[in-house]
Amino acid sequence: MEKQLASELLEKMMLIRKFEESVQYYFTLGMIHGTCHLCIGEEATAVGTCMALAPEDDMFATHRGHGAAIAKGIDVPHMMAEIFGRATGVCKGRGGSMHIADKDVGVLGANGIVGPSMALATGAALAHKMRGEKRVALAFFGDGATNEGVFHEAMNLASIWKLPVLFICTNNTYGMSTHISKVMADTDIEKRAIPFGIRAVTIDGNDVELVYETVKRARAKILAEPQPILIVENTYRISGHSKSDGNRYRTKEEINSWKEKDPIKLFSERMLEQEVLTKEEIDTLWEKADTAIKDAVYFATQSPYPKVEDLYDSVYAE
Amino acid sequence: MATQNEITYAQAVRDAMCEEMRRDPSVFLMGEDIGVYRGAFGVTQEMYKEFPDRVLETPISEAGFVGAAIGAAVEGMRPIVEIMFSDFISVCYDMLLNQAPKMHFMFGGKVQVPLVVRTASGCGTGAAAQHSQSLEAMLCHIPGLKVVAPSTPYDAKGLLKSAIRDNNPVMFLEQKTLYRTKGLVPEHDYAIPLGEADIKRIGQDCTIVTYGRMVGYCLQAANELLKEGISCEVVDLRTLLPMDKPTILESVKKTKRLLIVHEAVKTGGLGGEIAATVAESDAFYYLDAPIRRLAAEDMPVPFSAILEKGVLPDEEKIAAAVRELMG
Repeated sequence: MEKQLASELLEKMMLIRKFEESVQYYFTLGMIHGTCHLCIGEEATAVGTCMALAPEDDMFATHRGHGAAIAKGIDVPHMMAEIFGRATGVCKGRGGSMHIADKDVGVLGANGIVGPSMALATGAALAHKMRGEKRVALAFFGDGATNEGVFHEAMNLASIWKLPVLFICTNNTYGMSTHISKVMADTDIEKRAIPFGIRAVTIDGNDVELVYETVKRARAKILAEPQPILIVENTYRISGHSKSDGNRYRTKEEINSWKEKDPIKLFSERMLEQEVLTKEEIDTLWEKADTAIKDAVYFATQSPYPKVEDLYDSVYAE
Repeated sequence: MATQNEITYAQAVRDAMCEEMRRDPSVFLMGEDIGVYRGAFGVTQEMYKEFPDRVLETPISEAGFVGAAIGAAVEGMRPIVEIMFSDFISVCYDMLLNQAPKMHFMFGGKVQVPLVVRTASGCGTGAAAQHSQSLEAMLCHIPGLKVVAPSTPYDAKGLLKSAIRDNNPVMFLEQKTLYRTKGLVPEHDYAIPLGEADIKRIGQDCTIVTYGRMVGYCLQAANELLKEGISCEVVDLRTLLPMDKPTILESVKKTKRLLIVHEAVKTGGLGGEIAATVAESDAFYYLDAPIRRLAAEDMPVPFSAILEKGVLPDEEKIAAAVRELMG
């Protein structure tokens, strides 16, 4: 792997990790209100996937969408400001953690509802196709969302209309606290593409290099010949579901075993082993990520709150 | 005088769509059986021939295709979705509740959802409880949506054009018994702004606020009442959200009496909202009689024709209510 790409992938994952840890910290301090769903442990799915996209591609994320937004190129200080509920936030303080969006960089929204990202991305792909644009639309969704009707409806539509849409299932094996083995007759999600005639592949979602290469190839394929593709990225959420999660549904041993498969750790070790990056370079990337997040927090906390007088801004478009 | 043609409500809807599709290549239509079948109510007729790439027939997947329409709208297209019966919004409600009306706001104003959802609303065809509902109050309870319910071909065409050109999600409720009614529609391009009520009949003694199919009934009742020397003002809301409150208040101040008539069930219906609007304003002091609501009975729409008719307000019930208001 080229040094520059390796650095970029690693740096983005570190940035997400530091972002999430920082959000968790300020949450605990009571400086962030509401709730948030952290993606610690799932960084490779966000980074490998979104870095394989072009800037003009559309990405629809899930409620656990911080990583995807950062990986797609959202401005991190303004995103942090959003989490802090400030006027300078990417959504002017109207959306918060579950609705992070910035159309200018193709981040068409985290989503508080499980499932619709798939239909929305299908529609964006329809728009691209109708206008003859060489762009793809991508939907992230979790394993749990594949039990929603809209998963099947969107897959079917995308297939019959041959739309250039990438369906990315981040399979962390838990729908909140419920393990997929309790709620799926067959936990092989890839098979759910078969009845729709959609090509699908299952990969190790903690291997950022593999995710990147797979998504890149899939993107090229669907641009050459418009069609949907499903990629199941197996991963694990080390952080809890949300702030209310007491981890009563899984063991410490299970969580610790996945910490061994931490995507940042794995990729760092591989790059060291392959002599693509040195330890010093990796340490520098951590420092850069740390500084970037500290700067983002500074920007956010120095930013003004939205004004109550402006409450009605953006309820309706002009 | 501009040339006018007498056309049906269904044709007015179709003409509005065709003219907008000719004007703007980003406008397209999606829905079930809108091709050779011509749509369940024959609204789309042969549009698929003129716009083969922009009349998209969908699977029976309301959540899927309404969601897709939202995604396309976010990407700059201007989709019109036909949902065969308004009752079917139940199977895509997330899209109409959590997605389309929230995105512009939640995303800080950067995203727009120029979407029109046309759907056949109301009863009168013997289709019973799951194909006959008037669900506008549920929709008006969702800020971010606009809700339109035209009563005439002229209004249908002009309002639909505005809805298509609007940058917000608009629910366009077409009362299904109106599809075959006829009215004069000018040949030239015109649009009726959303949010403006229309006084369908000027009167002095009692204001009747209504919309949709009930407008015709109210006008007939007003004709009868005039013979008795009672002059009614019939205010057709046309757009339910946002509602033209100034027109209602002004009319009530003039006539000093208010009857609200709608086809939707009474409890939780828009009648309550309209009554409260008057009660909260200085128009309240002008009232010579309590505000009266006439709406469908609080029950599912029954099948048998006599029962289906019985559940609804009609000319006689409307006239009787006005007489009571006149004391």
